[in-house]
Amino acid sequence: MLKTLIFGFLLGIVGTVAAAYYVPVVDQYRESSIISVAPNGGNTESFRINIPVDRIMTGAPMQAEPLPPGLRWPTQELFDGVRVELFKVRNTRETVIGVASRMVADSDAIQDSVEWVLHLPARGTFYVTMPAQPADGVRRVGSLRAGTREFRPMQGEVSERWVPNTDDDDPDAPEGHIEIVTSFVGTFSDDLTETALTEGAL
Amino acid sequence: MIRYVAGLLSGILLGMFAAATLLYFNPLASRNPLSPLSVTNNEILSVGYSAVPTDSILYTNDGESRIKPYPEKVRELWEAPIRQSEVLVTVVTDSRNNPAGIGIKFSSDSEKSRVINGEALVDSAWHIHLVERGSLFVEQTENYWNFLRQIVLPAYWSSANHWKGLWNGNMTVGPGALGTASVSGGTGEFAGLESEAVEAVSASAYSVSQGPVAMDGRLTIDVTGNVELTASDVAGR
Repeated sequence: MLKTLIFGFLLGIVGTVAAAYYVPVVDQYRESSIISVAPNGGNTESFRINIPVDRIMTGAPMQAEPLPPGLRWPTQELFDGVRVELFKVRNTRETVIGVASRMVADSDAIQDSVEWVLHLPARGTFYVTMPAQPADGVRRVGSLRAGTREFRPMQGEVSERWVPNTDDDDPDAPEGHIEIVTSFVGTFSDDLTETALTEGAL
Repeated sequence: MIRYVAGLLSGILLGMFAAATLLYFNPLASRNPLSPLSVTNNEILSVGYSAVPTDSILYTNDGESRIKPYPEKVRELWEAPIRQSEVLVTVVTDSRNNPAGIGIKFSSDSEKSRVINGEALVDSAWHIHLVERGSLFVEQTENYWNFLRQIVLPAYWSSANHWKGLWNGNMTVGPGALGTASVSGGTGEFAGLESEAVEAVSASAYSVSQGPVAMDGRLTIDVTGNVELTASDVAGR
């Protein structure tokens, strides 16, 4: 009887420790990435934000109808030139895969700019800065400034453009969508190679 | 036969309890080390914020968590790929607690979390705009193990479902080798900046039903060589 109790005790300890070691506490849901290879190297990926359904927040001074209702944007004069928007981000299959912030700063002290941060929980986050004026009157093109995890070794360009909805037949169709297209290429790094070797990827 | 099965089950339960106790009091689990930036002579930019959702401009999560989204009618992050994420939009302050800009914090539970190592990890990223100065991107991995153990669990165990006290801790544990966050400047005077940061939290009240009741956060950012510090920046040193 005592031996059985001791055996069970040890089994309980080993089982709990093994579970704590092997069972993942967090398991992020993943959608397959829809990436295409660019003809001259690197890869491109499109993201879209349907307006207005994917807009979480519009932060700007003196809004008649703030989004979300009840939002209290800071009233100090300091924030007059700052506009912040928060969105859900979809892949080209229209599935929500992340969240994004878009910040526009209008200031005399620094150059006007548009900035994006796209946060894709299962993949990583990247930060893009763009000039305030569209390159061709339609698209703004900016550069990848920093990335985490999957996007860390990348460099390249990101463009944004507004695509209005032209389907008048569907009353539930969004007004249009913001299209974000990334064009990234990986950079070679000894550190990355060592990491890949350690993890058995090479 | 039944005696042996009962003995085995009792033993397993006792073993599980002993292992859980060992993990909870694990002496090898992460401590709360001194931030390398708190002892540096480099030029430091200090950015503060309130970590209480109702003090923020906006806070949203999956809508089913303990901490409720704010404002009440904000869209929730209920879709499967973003369900374990949260977003905080807040006014950030300088070291004199004057409003200095807007900060957006994206946080997602990290798959690298391991209870056995005392790691409750969160991958987070800050998008910060300091008005008239420029923008920054801060990427970090945070460890909430000590926060959960020393604040959240005691709040649950308290008969009032509340914790009060004084708790200070560095949350940042990576990706830098010394447990620092990675900083990339974007625009203005921060353009081209590649640096390090540490996020610390100071909590004095926590409620099971509301989450943080009195809690402030502060980012300490090394800006040596890139940025001319203002009087407000220097005041915080």
